[in-house]
This record gives sequence, C-alpha cells and structure tokens, in this order.
Amino acid sequence: MSDYNFAYLDEPTKKMIRRAILKGLAVPGYQVPFASREMPMPYGWGTGGVQVTAACLTPEDTLKVIDQGSDDTTNAVSIRSFFAKVAGVATTTRTAEASVIQTRHRIPETPLRSDQVLVYQVPIPEPLRFLEPRETETRRMHALEEYGLMHVKLYEDIARHGAIATSYAYPALVNGRHVFDPSPIPRFDNPRLESPAIQLFGAGREQRIYALPPFTSVQSLDFDDHPFEASKADGACALCGATHTYLDEIVADDQGTRRFQCSDTDYCMERRA
Amino acid sequence: MNVVNTALVLEDTPLLSVSGLTRSYGARIGCKDVVFDLYPGEVMGIVGESGSGKSTLLSCLAGHLETDAGQVVYQGQDVLTLPEPARRRLMRTDWAFVHQHARDGLRMNVSAGGNVGERLMAGGARHYGNIRKTAEDWLERVEIDPGRIDDRPSAFSGGMQQRLQIARGLVTGPKLVLMDEPTGGLDVSVQARLLDLLRGLVRRMGLSVVIVTHDIGVVRLLADRLMVMRHGQVVEQGLTDRVLDDPQHAYTQLLVNSVLPT
Repeated sequence: MSDYNFAYLDEPTKKMIRRAILKGLAVPGYQVPFASREMPMPYGWGTGGVQVTAACLTPEDTLKVIDQGSDDTTNAVSIRSFFAKVAGVATTTRTAEASVIQTRHRIPETPLRSDQVLVYQVPIPEPLRFLEPRETETRRMHALEEYGLMHVKLYEDIARHGAIATSYAYPALVNGRHVFDPSPIPRFDNPRLESPAIQLFGAGREQRIYALPPFTSVQSLDFDDHPFEASKADGACALCGATHTYLDEIVADDQGTRRFQCSDTDYCMERRA
Repeated sequence: MNVVNTALVLEDTPLLSVSGLTRSYGARIGCKDVVFDLYPGEVMGIVGESGSGKSTLLSCLAGHLETDAGQVVYQGQDVLTLPEPARRRLMRTDWAFVHQHARDGLRMNVSAGGNVGERLMAGGARHYGNIRKTAEDWLERVEIDPGRIDDRPSAFSGGMQQRLQIARGLVTGPKLVLMDEPTGGLDVSVQARLLDLLRGLVRRMGLSVVIVTHDIGVVRLLADRLMVMRHGQVVEQGLTDRVLDDPQHAYTQLLVNSVLPT
C-alpha cells in the first residue's frame, strides 16, 4: 500500500512518539505528554494505543489486537485490519505468535515473553483525576509524591461498600515512585503487570504516554487491614473449565440463565484444542 | 529543676516570628511591613474593616499568596524560602488552615470520615480501622454525631461543615492554626457554639492561633492579643482587653465604637 507511509503515521510523528516512549520507559509510571495526532477513528476507540503501536511496528512484526480479551470484537477487528492495510504486517490471534499486542481492558492469560510488546489503550491516564480536577495540582502531587488522596478514594470505597470496590483501573505504585492508572484492566490483572514484556500505555485524547519496563515493581495500593485482592468471578469457564482465568458472566437465554466464560478467547480456544 | 527552666525558656521563644511582611497588588498595597511574634499557646486576633489587608496577610502566612518581602520564621526556619515539598508537608502536619467558607477547605464529594482522615493518609497512615476510629473520635470532639461519619459534607448544615473543617485540620495535632473568619456567614447561636468549641480546643491542645475576623466579639472571646489593621498596615497592637477597652489609635476607637450595643 503505497498511499500511506508505513503504519499510517509520518516518520517525524513516529519519532516524536518514540521519544515519548523512551522517556516513559526511563521514568516508569510517569505520564509523558506527547502531541497526539488525529487518527481515522473516534477518541475512545484506542487512538492512543494505535499511535503507540504505529510507532513500535516494524515490517517483521506480527500484530495481535484484543478488546476485553477477545480477538473478534469490532474494535479489535477494525484496528487489526487497519494495520494489515496501512503497514502490511502479519496479524494473528495467537498470543504466543504475536510480537506486538495492542489491548483494551485485559492482559492476555498466556504469560508474555521478553520479546513481546504490550500496548494498552488508555481513556484517562490520571489516577488522581476524579479526586482532584485541576491538572496543575495533580502534576504537582505527582512531582511531590503526595498520594494521600489515592487512599482517600480507597477509604471511601470501604466506608461505602465494606470492601475496596474498585474492581478495574486499580491504582498502583510503580517502581516505588509514581502512582499510575493501569488503564481499565480488571484488578485481577494487576499482579500480572510485573512482566518480562515491555508494556506501553497510550492515551490519545489526553495526550499522554507512559510505560512499564520489564520486571518493574507494581504495587497495588491498599490498607493494612484491607489488603489488595486480585478478585475474579467465582466459577469455571463453561467452555474449557478453567478456574484460574478471568471470567466474563454471560446471560445465556431468555430465562436469565447465566454462565461464565474465559474473557481471553484465544487462551480458551487453545485449552480446548 | 533544669527541666522546668528549659520549658520556661522554650515558652519565651516565639513559635512564629513575622517581620517586614509586604505584599502589594501592583500599585495597591495588600499589606505592608507587618511585624509580630506569636508565642506557643497564644491566640492572636487580627481585626480591621474589609479591604484592610487581613486576609492578604493570612494568605501570605499560609503560602497561598506570594510575598514581595519579609520573613515568616517558624521554629527557626523561614517558611517563605522553604522548598515546596517541605512547605507543603509543614502545611498538612504542623499547620492547619480554616477557611471562611467550609466548602473551600473540605472535599464536598468525600464522606466526613474521609475528609478527617485525609491528612492522616497523606502522612502515611495505612490502617483503615485506625483511621476510622480517629475520625470518629474527632467528629465527637467537634460535636458531630459519629453516626454521620459516612455522610458527605453537602448533607451537613453550615455550622457542622465548619466544625468538620476544623476537625479535618486538627486531626494531625498541628501547633499553629490559621483561621480566616471562621464564624462568618453563620447565625448567632451557631457562632456562639463554634466559638465555645474553638476556645475549648485551643486551651486543651495548647494551639497557637492567628484568627482573622471583622467581628470584635469573636476576638474578645478568643484572642489573647489583638492587631488592628487599616490600609494594609498595622495601626495598633496589644493585649485584647487593653486594645478594646482603651483604644489609642483613632481608627481603633472608631472600630470599637461601631459595635452595636447588645
């Protein structure tokens, strides 16, 4: 496809994004501002992730795109075909075969390797945003490591619901320094953020990129008497029988019968194969 | 014997020593050359009409406003030249600020318990049960029913919000409290109750307080010493009773005489 530069973005833009990525890797968890471009998809559909992916891709890469763990939802399919078209890279649904994985809301169940890059789509990168609306103030709080407010949020959870009710986008302390928002992954995935793979986070509308280098410590925030718990639905996958994976609850018929199913479709299929 | 002597000596050193504090808004003067010492356990009242620079002075002390010149020495350190992290740490541990409008000092979308607990959590408290117990204890101390610990301040009356704001500030056991018209906008009976509470807390905790108000009655009840400001300058200062009963400066005389007889 010669009408587009490789991977849609022009080279200076990719260079700018790569600089932001490198800075993000150098300061784990720090939100690096970048000049987010208009992409041929609406905000909220992964414009940040797409730009990061575009800046990372090489012609030899194999791309996998997942949305809520699934390879065949609209978002995943359209982004995959987007890159197949504008970069001509190979695509796959198999986690083990992919070199770059763009994801929304999940970390693949198959353990990642050091030669893989996981790119997250991030709607709101600022974990303090709903507690402190002023950007000037949140930046200062990050700079001065004033994270007491984060615990106020967890306190409110326990006061209102009896337990920490935040079940996704669960805030965590990265490398003992920056509190970050791991994007809306379930808190089940939080312990798996400590991974051999490079993890990059792109927020298109908010114009922020941040990163987790391999094996960076990620400590989910909690209270001494209410420790963090990587919770999941109590059940087994109706298809593969797995009890150790993150499960989606699905209404199966008009009588309201419910069943559970692995949210990672590729992992589930592999288990059944 | 030695111990007693040391204690006495310590009481003699001011907790807060302000000198030459100046702040102007362009050509207009906010406050000019303000000088005063505040001793441990002392309550200093600042009175004056609207626009006399009282609030400017207080904001400068609290670091909400940049100062043009002067020093604010707290325990041997100039607070104005302190690096920001240290200054902010000081503000949320050793100092407390009570705003005139409780909604400026509270987080309105966070429960009463969360509001009181915030300074504790900012200081590293990570035990939910203990934080909650301290919050309950403090609500009781400021005469709020501990059963309302999970209510948001928006569900509280004006007087309760103000008391909650005080609890939120005092929970870390600060040494110095800056108050900006804490009774402003409250009705008379609520004011009286709040003043009663404040007086009790100040005495029991041995707080040093700088309280800004335009209400002569408030300073007469609370303040040990009084400073009268006009056009950004201090025109008179001295013991509260002395200043109010025997005002020397023409403006103070006017101010004292303007109080409606009760």
